[in-house]
Amino acid sequence: MLQNQADIAETVRASAARRDRMTAKRFSGDPLFRGLTVMFAFSVLAILLLMVAGMCRESLPAFAKFGWRFIGGREWDAVQGNFGALPFVWGSIISSIFALLLATPLSIGTAVFITEIVPYRLGAVIASLVELLAAIPSVIYGLWGVLIMAPWLQRTIEPYLADHLAFLPFFQGAPYGVSMLAAIFILMIMVVPIITSITKEVILAVPQSQREAAVALGATRWEMIRIAVLPYGKSGILGAVILGLGRAIGETMAVTMVIGNTPQISLSLLAPGYTMPSVIANEFAEASSKLHAAALMEIGLILLVVTLIVNILARLLIWSVTRSEKGGAGR
Amino acid sequence: MNAKVQLDNLNVHFGGNHAVKNVTMDFQENSVTAIIGPSGCGKSTVLRSLNRMHDLTPGSKVTGRIILDGDNIYAKGIDPVAIRRRVGMVFQKPNPFPAMSIHDNVLAGYRLLGRIGRAEADEIVESSLKRVALWDEVKDRLRANAMDLSGGQQQRLCIARTIAVRPEVILMDEPASALDPLSTLKIEELIEELKEKYTIIIVTHNMQQAARVSDVTAFFYLGELIECGETKKIFTNPDRKQTEDYITGRFG
Amino acid sequence: MTVLLWRRIKSGGMTLIMGCFTLAVLVPLALIFIHIIRMGFSSINLDFFLQIPKPPGESGGGMANGMAGSAILIFLSSLLGIPIGIFGAIYLSEYGSGRFSDLIRFSADVLSGIPSIITGMVAYTLLVVPLKGFSALAGAFALALIMVPIVLRTTEEQLKLVPGTLREASLALGVPLWRTTLKVTLRSALTGVMTGILLSIARIAGETAPLLFTALGNQFWSKSLFEPIAAMPLQIFSFAISPYEDWHRLAWAGALVLVTIMFGLSLAARYFGGKKRKS
Repeated sequence: MLQNQADIAETVRASAARRDRMTAKRFSGDPLFRGLTVMFAFSVLAILLLMVAGMCRESLPAFAKFGWRFIGGREWDAVQGNFGALPFVWGSIISSIFALLLATPLSIGTAVFITEIVPYRLGAVIASLVELLAAIPSVIYGLWGVLIMAPWLQRTIEPYLADHLAFLPFFQGAPYGVSMLAAIFILMIMVVPIITSITKEVILAVPQSQREAAVALGATRWEMIRIAVLPYGKSGILGAVILGLGRAIGETMAVTMVIGNTPQISLSLLAPGYTMPSVIANEFAEASSKLHAAALMEIGLILLVVTLIVNILARLLIWSVTRSEKGGAGR
Repeated sequence: MNAKVQLDNLNVHFGGNHAVKNVTMDFQENSVTAIIGPSGCGKSTVLRSLNRMHDLTPGSKVTGRIILDGDNIYAKGIDPVAIRRRVGMVFQKPNPFPAMSIHDNVLAGYRLLGRIGRAEADEIVESSLKRVALWDEVKDRLRANAMDLSGGQQQRLCIARTIAVRPEVILMDEPASALDPLSTLKIEELIEELKEKYTIIIVTHNMQQAARVSDVTAFFYLGELIECGETKKIFTNPDRKQTEDYITGRFG
Repeated sequence: MTVLLWRRIKSGGMTLIMGCFTLAVLVPLALIFIHIIRMGFSSINLDFFLQIPKPPGESGGGMANGMAGSAILIFLSSLLGIPIGIFGAIYLSEYGSGRFSDLIRFSADVLSGIPSIITGMVAYTLLVVPLKGFSALAGAFALALIMVPIVLRTTEEQLKLVPGTLREASLALGVPLWRTTLKVTLRSALTGVMTGILLSIARIAGETAPLLFTALGNQFWSKSLFEPIAAMPLQIFSFAISPYEDWHRLAWAGALVLVTIMFGLSLAARYFGGKKRKS
């Protein structure tokens, strides 16, 4: 009897040992790997925070000297050490807003055209072409702008405006070619693809039942678009426009190459101007003093804050549209 | 009573698919005609031919004639926009315009004809909503968004929107199938009242509903009209065996 | 005229207007491409690929240093940007959930919307100042900052597409999670991830602003990574705004080459993406 019990005890012990061996944690690299991924993921957040913190710190000398007056300061004088951001804020606002005013109807019209009017295949081809526009680097837009478009403006449109509409303050002065007008045009061309492609998605998300409701009431095609499609997508379209605004404000190279780079505040579109990214691009590498560099950094900070606000606003709007009613249209 | 709408050898093709085959039948004025049949039998396709909705579907082909008050709506030169004014449609899922108020939804179709004054607008809204028994429920919140209404109310709003343009024929594609039983009942009562002024053609997969609501029933199977006749007869003593099989639930 | 006729005319008119708008949008595209090809093509010769720019007044020369510089910058920034993007995406897709993950995603989205000139300023603060000079490293860092959000988001999307059953099968066989993720999940999503990487490379290949005060540009060949380095977009920029015809011609040729490379990269990306769908 004792023998049996010993056998049983031994078997049980052996089983337990085997079980422990099998379930024991071998050295798995899991915690290490996980830690690695956490670190990398966190670095994204860290970069963002570093960015903001770094820019705040570097712009401190300028903020210390000028305070909030910096934003309203009209003078930009590296020699005297007197810096004010207003000419650049003005330039950014004017160029972006006018570019959007022109780009929005073009974009919405194109988006509607390729989704509602032309057959699917043709619409897809045009959509790809528009995306091609989005892929062209800013410096190449600038190259084309400064060597082809601006001289063309100087030869054709600007003299026309200067001759016929000079009574308006917006078209006074001699045509230079490089001007606020050139910047507005180039920005308009650059911003259209973004607004168009998002608007296209928004329109495609409008449920077919909405279109059918309008058609069943006896609407023509344009009436159907006007009462069923566009109102349904209006927040998304607004989001697209605001996203375009964000892109326009941050656009650097193309604008720098065609705007004329003169820090002045002028009502005339024919006059050269300056934007926030442009002055940074032109002057930062050779900033003459610590104050100069800090002032440019502060302009960068303003640019960062503005772009952040605009982008967040745009995303909220577009997000709210894709969240609700995803009915899926016929295409 | 004369035929408000006549189908003469109607055929509908979607690409290679012959969905509706050689349908010839009449729809009497101021009556309710139910179109019944199993899924895929072509009943919605027939319905949508009556207001030329297939014009929107690329690859569709409609042949034959559909005669509305003596005129073939598919004749050359006929503008479908004008036809849809006279032949309205209510859909399976209520589809009010979410960007508009209740008031504006009712007027959406009417406004297409041109500007209307405030007094005329209010009057049309009131009479249309009264006709669909929705007025009392919404009269204090006409400016509220249409999506605030329940499913049944939204569907009645869509019907109000449809009748505001003063059609002659109302097509209904399973109008109550997405609604709860109480709303369904209200819609069926509404249909009974509406037939005084309009010719109603309703597609339904619910046979009891067809029996309750319609004067004439047409049974379709695999794209063909099998039998069409007085509702009482169809449901108690149909001529064709297929009809009887369907009615008694042997298939579909 | 009946009301109906007027409505039909309005509808047709709007169609015409929208067609014109579409044309107006496409015309600049055509013009830009036509000009790039026309003005750039004649300057493309062997010299262009082998020589560095000549001083103004002398004809000829090329953008060899810019092309090499761009290649080096892209390579370096990929070394930094791709791992951060991929591993960060692995965290988001395989490990993370909840507020922290949302925060990371939000950060990536915000980063991708920041004007690229600001990433240049950041790289300047972090690398140029301490190293006391402009360098290829700083330029690569600035470009990596642009790459990371793109690679992160596309990789995360691709990883999420991998069916859970694949992971479970591997784990059930006793393969540890880290190995499963690398050898099974990531491998399965590889073509999609490659597409994202190629697209991000195409994007940074054309970036100029971040390099303006990091890599700075170089008339000659660079001898060390701690020196300023030439890059194609930088050269295109300085040639374009210069007053010299010769340099303008080089700029057009450079634009042609750059656009061709970017186009090629996008095509490759699409090819990879298509392959994935077939498998």
